[in-house]
Amino acid sequence: MKKVITGNYAVSYGAMVSRSQVIAAYPITPQTQIVELLSEFCADGLLDAKFIKVESEHSAMASCIGASATGARAFTATSAHGLALMHELLHWAALGRLPIVLANVNRAMGPGWSIWTDQNDSLSQRDTGWLQFYCESNQEILDTIIQGFKISEQILLPTMLVLDAFFLSHTSEPVDIPDIEVVDTYLPKYNATYRLSTENPYAFGGLTGPDHYFEIRYKMQETMDQAIEIARQADEEFERIFGRSHGLIERYYSDDAELILVVSGSIASTTRDVVDQLRSEGRNVGMLKVRMFRPFPRQEFRNAVRRAKKVAVIDRNICVGFGGIFYQEITSTMYGHRDDLPIFGFIAGLGGRDVTPNVIHEIVTHAETHDTPDTEIIWIGVKR
Amino acid sequence: MIEIRIHGRGGQGAVVASQVLAAALFQEGKCVQSFPTFGVERRGAPVAAFTRMDDREIRLRCEIYEPDHLMVLDPTLIEAIDVTTGLKENGWIVINSDKHFGEFHLPSKFRIATVDANAIAVKHNLGTRTAPIVNTAILGAFSRITELVSIEAIVAAVKEEVPLNPEENAAACREAYEKVRGQNITP
Repeated sequence: MKKVITGNYAVSYGAMVSRSQVIAAYPITPQTQIVELLSEFCADGLLDAKFIKVESEHSAMASCIGASATGARAFTATSAHGLALMHELLHWAALGRLPIVLANVNRAMGPGWSIWTDQNDSLSQRDTGWLQFYCESNQEILDTIIQGFKISEQILLPTMLVLDAFFLSHTSEPVDIPDIEVVDTYLPKYNATYRLSTENPYAFGGLTGPDHYFEIRYKMQETMDQAIEIARQADEEFERIFGRSHGLIERYYSDDAELILVVSGSIASTTRDVVDQLRSEGRNVGMLKVRMFRPFPRQEFRNAVRRAKKVAVIDRNICVGFGGIFYQEITSTMYGHRDDLPIFGFIAGLGGRDVTPNVIHEIVTHAETHDTPDTEIIWIGVKR
Repeated sequence: MIEIRIHGRGGQGAVVASQVLAAALFQEGKCVQSFPTFGVERRGAPVAAFTRMDDREIRLRCEIYEPDHLMVLDPTLIEAIDVTTGLKENGWIVINSDKHFGEFHLPSKFRIATVDANAIAVKHNLGTRTAPIVNTAILGAFSRITELVSIEAIVAAVKEEVPLNPEENAAACREAYEKVRGQNITP
């Protein structure tokens, strides 16, 4: 059924058709509508889930951890300061190997108090051991929740999917909401091998000495390496059933492009229009959309820029003291592989500053007219 | 692509109007997108909401700066803010007002239409006499004036998207459709 809904509601419908069994969440702008609709689904009997109202995001994640440990499918949603408050328990969920799915609405960290989009909240959680997907459209948001459970329950690591505040969270567009029975064929009931149960008791999260902790990390990394192939398979199976796929790193006119723009989130969507226009003017520009950020599909990225002459990364975030975070990942990915390839790092759109086609044109023109970047950080649209 | 901006005051239902319009256009086979002003909303303060429509998939994800048409839910906004900012030439401005469209002194490159949506909303018990809910009535007027969307699609979308008083809202749409007056529709 196609309905015109917001990105927030796409999250709620995604959690519903995935038959989430426990939802523990705390409202925070601009995510609140997600939790509101899910609580209505539960109250109206449309979703057979335990909805737990909690007193903080820290408790929300703690509840999801408890639920997931019993073998239940657990879901939560948050944003910015809420995600930051969960930080300790994000590590706990990942090290506990719990397949929780979390939707984070990208919002700038305060102060200055902001409710507008910016990727620093989710990117600050990069090293917690969660898979991360950055979404471009409301359809992709809904689909990524279903895929997130599918992937997480195979590899026993949690998934965070990320959507831009307002540009997705509050923007309505047509979304195909798949039939729950069809989703069942793609995403069967979660069957945990080890679960918290009085019938067959196990202890979880106990003291782990230097003899064993090291191996927990090794196993996590090994799983993350496998997660790339498992996510690819999950996307392919999704396409066979639902007729849509989203890729891990999507190529858009990039195979023969001299200049490749590397983007994520809703900026990717606007960039498609810009690339089409530039191509019609005979300018050889393409785009790569990084959908999967953790694990980072390094080999797929290297293959995709094999023939490029320049790469321009657009970051709606900044690692203060270094530069754009996607830029950092990509320069590191390319180190020793294409040392002849200039990589430009652009910072744009922080704190919800609009990234219009003109902003993207400015970035393209800068990259086209410079042989190599003058600086590690190229600020676009900043008032100095 | 056609871009529409709806001006109102917090509580008048501008955001719902943008969503109903998108749903109606979608039923008619258009690609659509709608969104509110990105930020916080206060009851009574000026707000805006937006709808994009196109025959092909809409990939533009930025704010709207140069709309093709406007709806104005509260005529006092015209004195308070410049509602015509960025409005394209020949754009329609559909205003909720009991005045004749000729009484509004806006630049002549724009086209003006008026409908007394307050009176229509009050008649159909939408909101209160002092705070009528006029968003559905203005959509009926918009349908007639711009011919971008049929009244049947608007009425169907109102019934689907507006949870309270769907019949009264549909009746208000139809009445505004009949009563709106503009340069292309004169008594």
